[in-house]
Amino acid sequence: MISTVEAIAEAKRTGDWNRLIETLPFMRFLGVRLEERGGQLLGRMGFAEHLVGNPSLPALHGGTLGTLLEASAQIELLYRAETVVLPKTITITVDFLRSARPVETFVRACIKKQGRRVTTVQSVAWQEEESKPVATATVHMLIIGPEQDAVLPENTTGDASKRDPR
Amino acid sequence: MPEDIVIDIAAMSAAFRDLVPFNSALGLSLEDASVSPAVAVLRLPWAGRLIGNPETGVIHGGALTALLDAAGGLSVFLKLRQPTPIATLDLRIDHLKPATPRRDVLGRAECFKTTRNVGFVRAIAYHDDPNDPIATSAATFTISTKGKAVTGHEIFGRKETP
Repeated sequence: MISTVEAIAEAKRTGDWNRLIETLPFMRFLGVRLEERGGQLLGRMGFAEHLVGNPSLPALHGGTLGTLLEASAQIELLYRAETVVLPKTITITVDFLRSARPVETFVRACIKKQGRRVTTVQSVAWQEEESKPVATATVHMLIIGPEQDAVLPENTTGDASKRDPR
Repeated sequence: MPEDIVIDIAAMSAAFRDLVPFNSALGLSLEDASVSPAVAVLRLPWAGRLIGNPETGVIHGGALTALLDAAGGLSVFLKLRQPTPIATLDLRIDHLKPATPRRDVLGRAECFKTTRNVGFVRAIAYHDDPNDPIATSAATFTISTKGKAVTGHEIFGRKETP
């Protein structure tokens, strides 16, 4: 199997982001799939019995939605930024808006602010209608490459001496 | 309130896991529980399927979200001391350091306040020293006045002493 870094580079080239998912064990465990549509990435998590958190409703486990939202933010940043290293989550805040039913869940993320190191992304997960989200998240992430030079396209001219030492 | 509930950790752990498929899929087990303070400690056993970054072997942040959400919900049950349907309203997690690969993670949640409608929870994730956390979190849970709790009866049903 190819490495995650290779899969990210390949996905950027070919648009096949599921190659990346195939290298990520926790994404496979949740059954997350990705598709690129009109310059946007859409994530989806099909329903599976093991994702249930409340069988009496039934409803999906909050941890599955939290993971989907965090992963969507991570991958959106990979999709938009010139980095082939998985970003690290600093903080994530998840709002659970509706009970998530035992059906397929969709997710989309949007970069709100690109910084040199820290990027803020908002993710939205929904089921039947995008206008009725089941959960949203704000995720602050750190990009640190092996050479400490992984940056977003808008920020390629910064003064290296002013870089955050993190 | 007197300490009138004797908690059977093994029975509670089994109920919690058997009734909640995702807890079972993650292999979560209850390490410790008390009602005063209302604390639940869950163990997330190491497994390769939890890996979020294969380059480093570190588990995905979402695995910690699931652990702390589950522990948080359980701490609200413990605080309420009765079967009550609850739902996570919001959950914030600060990732302080990466989890060490191939090690179990413990999640300790305390419900320190409930009102009629809301439970407030703080939680941490750590390997063996709670003073050296991997992640900390703050969460709120809505407490419903109707409906059926998923694990309430099974957790408390036969545990109260006369």
